[in-house]
Amino acid sequence: MKLFPLIWSNLWRRKTRTIFTVLAALFTFALFGVLVAANVAFGMGVDISGLDRLVVIHKISLIMPLPIAYKERIATVPGVKAVTHMNWFGGIYKDPKNFFPQMAVDTPTFFDLYPEYVVPPEQMKVWVEDRTGAIAGQDLAKRFGWKIGDKIPILGTIYTHKDGSRVWEFTLDGLYAPGKKGVDATQFFFHYDYLKEGSRAGVFTDLVGWYTIRIADPKRAAEISKQIDGLFANSPYETKTTTEKAFAQSFANQMGNIGLIVRYVVSAVLFGMLLVIGNTMAQAVRERTNELAVLKTLGFSNGLVLFLVIAESCLLALVGAGLGLLFSWGVLTPIVGFALKQFLPVFYVPAWGLLLGLAIALVLGLLTGLVPGIQAMRLRIVDALRKV
Amino acid sequence: MFNWLSQITAVTWLNLRTIDQRRGASTAAAFGILVVVAVFIALLSIAEGFRKTMASTGDPATVIVLRGGSDSEMTSGVTRDAARIISEAPGLLRSQGGSVASAENFVIVDVPKRSTGTDANVPLRGVQPAAFAVRRNFRLTQGRRFETGRNEVIVGQGAAQEFAGLEVGHRLRWGENEWTVVGIFSDAGSLSESEIWCDVGVLQPAYRRINYQSVHARLESAAAYDRFKDALTADPRLDISVYREPDYYAGQSEGLTRLVYVLGLLICPLMVAGAVFGALNTMFSSVATRSREIATLRALGFGSGPVVISVLAESLFLAALGGIVGAAFAYYAFNGFRAATMNWQSFSQVSFAFAVTPRLLFWGFVATLAMGLIGGLFPAVRAARLPVATALREL
Repeated sequence: MKLFPLIWSNLWRRKTRTIFTVLAALFTFALFGVLVAANVAFGMGVDISGLDRLVVIHKISLIMPLPIAYKERIATVPGVKAVTHMNWFGGIYKDPKNFFPQMAVDTPTFFDLYPEYVVPPEQMKVWVEDRTGAIAGQDLAKRFGWKIGDKIPILGTIYTHKDGSRVWEFTLDGLYAPGKKGVDATQFFFHYDYLKEGSRAGVFTDLVGWYTIRIADPKRAAEISKQIDGLFANSPYETKTTTEKAFAQSFANQMGNIGLIVRYVVSAVLFGMLLVIGNTMAQAVRERTNELAVLKTLGFSNGLVLFLVIAESCLLALVGAGLGLLFSWGVLTPIVGFALKQFLPVFYVPAWGLLLGLAIALVLGLLTGLVPGIQAMRLRIVDALRKV
Repeated sequence: MFNWLSQITAVTWLNLRTIDQRRGASTAAAFGILVVVAVFIALLSIAEGFRKTMASTGDPATVIVLRGGSDSEMTSGVTRDAARIISEAPGLLRSQGGSVASAENFVIVDVPKRSTGTDANVPLRGVQPAAFAVRRNFRLTQGRRFETGRNEVIVGQGAAQEFAGLEVGHRLRWGENEWTVVGIFSDAGSLSESEIWCDVGVLQPAYRRINYQSVHARLESAAAYDRFKDALTADPRLDISVYREPDYYAGQSEGLTRLVYVLGLLICPLMVAGAVFGALNTMFSSVATRSREIATLRALGFGSGPVVISVLAESLFLAALGGIVGAAFAYYAFNGFRAATMNWQSFSQVSFAFAVTPRLLFWGFVATLAMGLIGGLFPAVRAARLPVATALREL
């Protein structure tokens, strides 16, 4: 550590260059942070989906409904601990551009199966009693400026109210907070019973969109899925049961090449920028051949010279990357996330992203320091000093 | 004046000729700009391509009728009676077989994606015979049309490329029904090319539908829209929304286009900033290594203007080199590249081609010049301000 002042003053030998290199690294790694966040966002919650949850949908397609009567039958399958169901409401709040997911859920079971949606107990109590009650994500409430107790009219595009109007009125009884990082706080939940009783008698009354079940042992997921699908084989409503993770993954795949291409493209920039930064850093060392020779004359060993050069390039890379990642984590992704809230509700740099960024910076520092460092190590004092 | 110009040419030429001596740094700077420009164009070509697909779906003389309040076919419903009333409305084009209006159903089916092998939501559209007259650009590229009343489908060429098992002659099983692919069609790059079509009379019982979901129709002319719409909205028996096709699809493309633009416009300044600092470094060191030469020139009587311009020219030259190669690369690698993504409004897959448009190339080039200018300006000013005596004394 006693060498630190020497490394530090070497860095300030050419102030502008050091500052520009740090800035170039800063922006590159800020970009890296955004890339990681985009990766998480396009993953559509694959990472946070419950391992002990399975999703039961209609075999032909998710848009086809299943009978409500399946609930009891699924519950009898050994290993199934809890069953809940959801209906996609697909309504419009004031303007089609204000899209957010609205779901009719089974009141007694839903929040038990989804502990990651955290609702204060007193709000939950009100909601359970209130027929038209709804629980909204805190980000959603913030977006539209809703307060608890507000009446929220939503135009049903699928379901028509039995009085003939298409407007359904909900009362906001509570807000849920994400129980862990990465949980989407822009959804809107209300009672399935309200949907059922409020709907005009017709096709949809006794149908649900899909079931989510919790199983006791995640290892038995495949076996239980098979058993459930077997229950309904050859009926008019055949089912397809998958883990929630696989379900989320299939959605992420559907976003398809877009997410992938964004990732490729940004990686290309990263690579390009790293080359540029590396080149500058290598140049900085090459320029100092004489000084390194002087150090050797003074008795610095070959290994120490190599260490000095590599330490300097690593320090440069780590400072730039650290600042960039900090900027990305604290300023940039919150802003981008806010701008994209509607499309990608979850947008943040996870801890592993920050660590990965620093690791890349370290490798960059090592690589760029290594070549000139080895040259410096092999330097013969006489040749180097002769070169002026 | 002539002297001044000849000074500029002399110094600039000198600078450009000696770039080769600073090969490493110059290549790195040009490469940085190359990557940035290529990425800038590639990212925005996604949005352009998607918008183009959606836009080419719209013909102002065609209309879509949905249930009142519905904003997509997915959630819409149109009863048989309503469909009949709509097809008799004034303003519609008529042919021998009646008005050119097709009542349709729109469902999604699971078909594995070629790239990942996982199931994706592919739209299956049940159409009436008039559908082929509503979509004027419809062409069969392979096979034949489906026969009425049979479990046969024809596949849009975008879907056929993107998803597995949609070749002519293949059999597909969705639920209890088996379907045979009998043809592949194109529709001038429109959204229909992402769809699978079949006879609506066969689709309805297979998916337990009693009603239609939409009516697609062709008007006598684009101007007949108001007459058609007024007649329908005034009819007390109907509860419907009428859209011109271009408006309808423009609304559908908004989400993804905005996503890509926002992402692109937030990422690009970062990339540009990174590349500018790279270029600044190169130019500063280019000036620094030549401070003696520059001082000599100044001592010989060369003005500071020509020196500034020569450094700027060098930086612009490197930037333009990177920009042109980058743009060319983006054009060859991405223009026409096919991809599919989710259209959240209809909850189904859209296949589209990236479009590197002249507009994008233009903006890419503007960004290049901006980077070159900023990267060169400060070093140029420093070069010009260099005190002659100090610089000459330096080693």
